[in-house]
Amino acid sequence: MYTPHTDAECEAMLQTIGLKNLHDLFQVVPAKHRFPDLNLPSALSEMEVMAELQYIVAENENTRDLICFLGAGAYNHYIPPVVDSIIRRGEFFTAYTPYQPEVSQGTLQAIFDYQSLIAALTGMEVSNASHYDGATAVAEAAGMAFANFRGKRNKIIVSSGLHPQYRQTLRTYYHGAPVEIIGDEGDIDLSVGPDVLVPLIDDRTALVIVQYPDFFGRIFNYTTLAQKAHALGALLAVAVNPLALGMLTPPGEFGADIVTGEGQPLGIPLSFGGPYLGIFATKKEYVRKMAGRLVGETVDNRGQRAYVLTLTAREQHIRREKATSNICTNQALMALAATVYMSLLGKHGLRQVAELCYHKAHYAAQRITSLPKYKLWPSQSGKTETPFFNEFVIQCPSPVSEINQHLLEHGILGGYELGRDFPQLPNHMLLAVTEMNSREEIDYLAEILEEVSND
Amino acid sequence: MNIPNNLKYTKNDEWIKVEGNVGTIGITDYAQNQLSDIVYVEIIVSAGETVKKGDSFATIESVKAAADVYLPVSGKILEVNDALSDTPETVNSDPYGKAWMAKIEITNITELEDLMDAPSYEKHLQDKES
Repeated sequence: MYTPHTDAECEAMLQTIGLKNLHDLFQVVPAKHRFPDLNLPSALSEMEVMAELQYIVAENENTRDLICFLGAGAYNHYIPPVVDSIIRRGEFFTAYTPYQPEVSQGTLQAIFDYQSLIAALTGMEVSNASHYDGATAVAEAAGMAFANFRGKRNKIIVSSGLHPQYRQTLRTYYHGAPVEIIGDEGDIDLSVGPDVLVPLIDDRTALVIVQYPDFFGRIFNYTTLAQKAHALGALLAVAVNPLALGMLTPPGEFGADIVTGEGQPLGIPLSFGGPYLGIFATKKEYVRKMAGRLVGETVDNRGQRAYVLTLTAREQHIRREKATSNICTNQALMALAATVYMSLLGKHGLRQVAELCYHKAHYAAQRITSLPKYKLWPSQSGKTETPFFNEFVIQCPSPVSEINQHLLEHGILGGYELGRDFPQLPNHMLLAVTEMNSREEIDYLAEILEEVSND
Repeated sequence: MNIPNNLKYTKNDEWIKVEGNVGTIGITDYAQNQLSDIVYVEIIVSAGETVKKGDSFATIESVKAAADVYLPVSGKILEVNDALSDTPETVNSDPYGKAWMAKIEITNITELEDLMDAPSYEKHLQDKES
């Protein structure tokens, strides 16, 4: 608790050093460096503050009131209330994750269950207790690959279909490190698939990173890329939308060495961009190079099943100076939310949500491309259509910001403006559709888009 | 404490067996005993690599500590004992035999003069313990 000095104490101290007031005390500090007088309104009562804050909150646009077609890494999914009621239990709802096995069997078991579910979902052998979010999980993948080759391979190849913010985070993490990050630079033809990365792979390549579905929503088969990477001794990391794995082939089955992901679609609210959940799974042979916490199952001295942090030498304890990463923080509460969500839905429920997203998105794409001035990107003329999951790119007849303004006036949160990250894609909008969007909402979106194009 | 007479020793508790210009390197019985149950051995050099005396070439993890293993001499790595990653416990059971870690072609034979023989190493350990 913060205990400020009382007026009487301040008075006594000032008197002792022979000053009249606090103002005199700071006279030695040049006026321009003094903290300015704040012209604040008079203090309010708690009730008045609540009313004031409610007024400010009401100014926010939110996905409860708007029809949301915005995705680009964070998605508006239905969250069953049981998720919140379990994670808010006092036993779990703490500011810091307690790891002592003597007092934390519940927390440790929840993390163990989370790891087991993620391993099953991704088709990998081991998952850690999680990282901050999808972006930092990608950065940790690069760190693990770098450590795996003991710095002897220093090239990281990233697909331009990897989320632009993940690529930024990756570059922030390795700024100044002897790591070369290539593959997404310059004026790249974004319409092509992962094969464009193959010629870049060489014997200095530590890791190739792709996204699945990619940032533009497209589902590529990465089998060949995995084979080419492995042939030259490099590893393959696949950043996933875990919900899409409800219906897609898990990356473990096409040769991924590391699977990372943004866990937000698994029962975690959008909430202004965080806290989210960084998924990280890999093969058993890399487990000692993996960053982050890992919970294991064991037996206690009475032979009862128990959970403990395991292989801790890797990270914060006795080998910390040699650790792959010193960021061991996990998102325990968000991992718990994802665990409750996945357990509640089960394998079939997850598949059902994924399929709803898939089919609704395809209905939306078909409705919108039937409008005269809207085209699906990349253009499909004469080519087999690249499959997509719940997001797709639409080439619009006018700037995306203008269209989005118009949509907002009709209560619709429009798609992501791709020109912000990709100058090659002006007037291109990335639209996301989830199980939350009804057929009527999709029809309404198409209607308003048509209206915009006729203006 | 087992300190074979045919080996040379370092202050960091590595041993080297010299045959011609080839050295075989491992950690001593004293070292394995200090570390207790060894759960992981990672050798971080590979055959063909040129290495210097004092370089760390392996890491050992036990249930209570982790330690680096350093090269007693400079040279070229001829072979490493990859089997140890699957059977780290042999470092406890057979530190001078099955748990050899690397074989090296010694480039500068005079570097061996800096190492201890068995009686000196035994005395070194006694001094350390007392």
